[in-house]
Amino acid sequence: MSAPLLTIEDVAVELPTPRGNLRAVDHVDLSLDAGRTLGIVGESGCGKTMLSRAVLQLLPKKAKLTGRVMFDGQDLVRLDAERLRRLRGRDLAVVFQDPMTSLNPVLTIGTQLMETIQEHLELDASAAKARSIELLAAVGIPAPEQRLAQYPHQCSGGMRQRIAIAIALSCEPKLLIADEPTTALDVTIQAQILDLLAREQRRRHMAMIIITHDLGVVAGRADELAVMYAGRVVERAPTPALFKRMHMPYTEALLAAIPKLETAPHTPLPAISGRPPDPTRPLKGCSFAPRCRYAAGRCHEAKPELKSAEMPGHLYACFHPIQMSERTDA
Amino acid sequence: MVAFVARRFLYVVPVLLAVSLLTFLIASLLPGDLAYVILGDQATPENLAALRRDMGLDQPLWWRYLSWLGHVLQGDLGRSFRTGQTVLQAVAERIPVSIELMLLAEFIGLLIGVPLAIACAARAGGAFDRFMTGSAFGMLSMPSFLTAILLIYLFAVELHWLPATGYVPFTEEPLGNLRFFVLPALTLALAEWPGIMRVLRSDMIATLQEDYIALAKAKGLKPSRILFVHALKPSSLTLVTVTGINIGRLLGGTLIVESIFALPGIGRLLVGAIYTRDLVILQGVVLLVACGFVIVNFIVDMLYAVLDPRIRHGHA
Repeated sequence: MSAPLLTIEDVAVELPTPRGNLRAVDHVDLSLDAGRTLGIVGESGCGKTMLSRAVLQLLPKKAKLTGRVMFDGQDLVRLDAERLRRLRGRDLAVVFQDPMTSLNPVLTIGTQLMETIQEHLELDASAAKARSIELLAAVGIPAPEQRLAQYPHQCSGGMRQRIAIAIALSCEPKLLIADEPTTALDVTIQAQILDLLAREQRRRHMAMIIITHDLGVVAGRADELAVMYAGRVVERAPTPALFKRMHMPYTEALLAAIPKLETAPHTPLPAISGRPPDPTRPLKGCSFAPRCRYAAGRCHEAKPELKSAEMPGHLYACFHPIQMSERTDA
Repeated sequence: MVAFVARRFLYVVPVLLAVSLLTFLIASLLPGDLAYVILGDQATPENLAALRRDMGLDQPLWWRYLSWLGHVLQGDLGRSFRTGQTVLQAVAERIPVSIELMLLAEFIGLLIGVPLAIACAARAGGAFDRFMTGSAFGMLSMPSFLTAILLIYLFAVELHWLPATGYVPFTEEPLGNLRFFVLPALTLALAEWPGIMRVLRSDMIATLQEDYIALAKAKGLKPSRILFVHALKPSSLTLVTVTGINIGRLLGGTLIVESIFALPGIGRLLVGAIYTRDLVILQGVVLLVACGFVIVNFIVDMLYAVLDPRIRHGHA
């Protein structure tokens, strides 16, 4: 078997804050094969966006990054700026959360598309323009030729996210990182955007990382899932295995927090009570223990490491994993 | 776009009216009797009264304003009772000097300020940034008469590179004309660039935090393209405002710099009018300069729309 396209090895990110160092990502290991989809799930502040920024090498200047990010045989952390620049946008592309702020308001859509194409592919202006029109059509923008001369504010949110996706796809990347690609959009548009990403991924045979707080977004779309909590990966499994049998109470709680159609009206959602721990003051024990309904003595004393479950490829970090028998379909 | 221009122009009309009223009031409310100023202390009361009647000074204030405004609207700003020159002639003679000085000063100021601002913002908080921010602060607190004297001492007295004072029209001797303008323009520019730099620097730093800059980096664009294409344009709205205000201000001439370097511009005309109590010239020049200021700022408003398409389309 060939090496994975992306391997994140022991990556940690620390941000200096006035209250001390904030450990945003706490020694994470992940890997992703070419053409596959990895879903990274967790609530706000769990470090999933910081992890994606670490892969892209777009962390804030003051952030301290340790570990290795091997992409296509090269360590991105130690790559010099010029080679990194040639890689970004070409082999490594990203779609940000909010299309209202991720497109430059003073440049036309055509400029923003064509500049990426012309930066990385040796195409003249007319070929780049033709390719831009093709890309806009591929992401479902009607009348793509007219759109080229327009500015972002003349498009709706869903339209802008399609344009952002077209920009990301423009050089046929090997890996696309979609950081909460539908969070800022209307519910009616969300499924369309996710389907578009899935379709283009299959067509172009690229690997994809979808970052989301919503397990439902990645449920049917990711090959593998990694659940993050307080900067760590707390459960990792092929998607079917995870949904068949989750071990980590946090994963269960995340799933329970998704509204379901079949529940009676006015049933309160079983939200996860409490807040994630203060990342500037790491806990001695399991980070989820203060909010966990299964927590017992040991959980407050030591950090559980990731260990293998019975299913191949299924890892979890918990001293008291949920047993099938006691699983409550909340 | 046409609607946008028309809408903005509607704002300009009341502003210009207010300007005319204020200029008129300033001149009218100045202490001293105009007839007395003209005729001198040898005049008899009868002569004074006759002149006041001739000049309409015995009429109520509002009537004098309206009749003056009527003349102004017909292009008649009055005539100096000292030289006999009309206001328009006097201004037409001087304004090319002030415009040339303004353009050169603004050009040099931008030439120094903009690249420094970009360099500082690109490495905000770095050693260069801190040094330049400090220097800008120092330059900002340096009065122009001091800069002028230092420049004259260095370039005219010590090095003999440039003339200290004087003027020849551009049409007669283009190079000589420019030589006379270097030091005064530099004096003004040295006061302009710190403001230009500070404004653009802070806007650039804010812009560089934007998501679209992160995306531009993620697209693998060259750093120069990110700075000049993605960051400079959205950061330059305040810069355009500041430049517009500077241009408007310099259009009225600079009393001190024009006086020090003996440039026959609007500033010198005003100084002369103040010394000789030539109220007609004073009032007319102030009105014209104020109108120029308003019009320059109207043009600046138009420039916003060029820079930011959201303003052009009425979204912001």
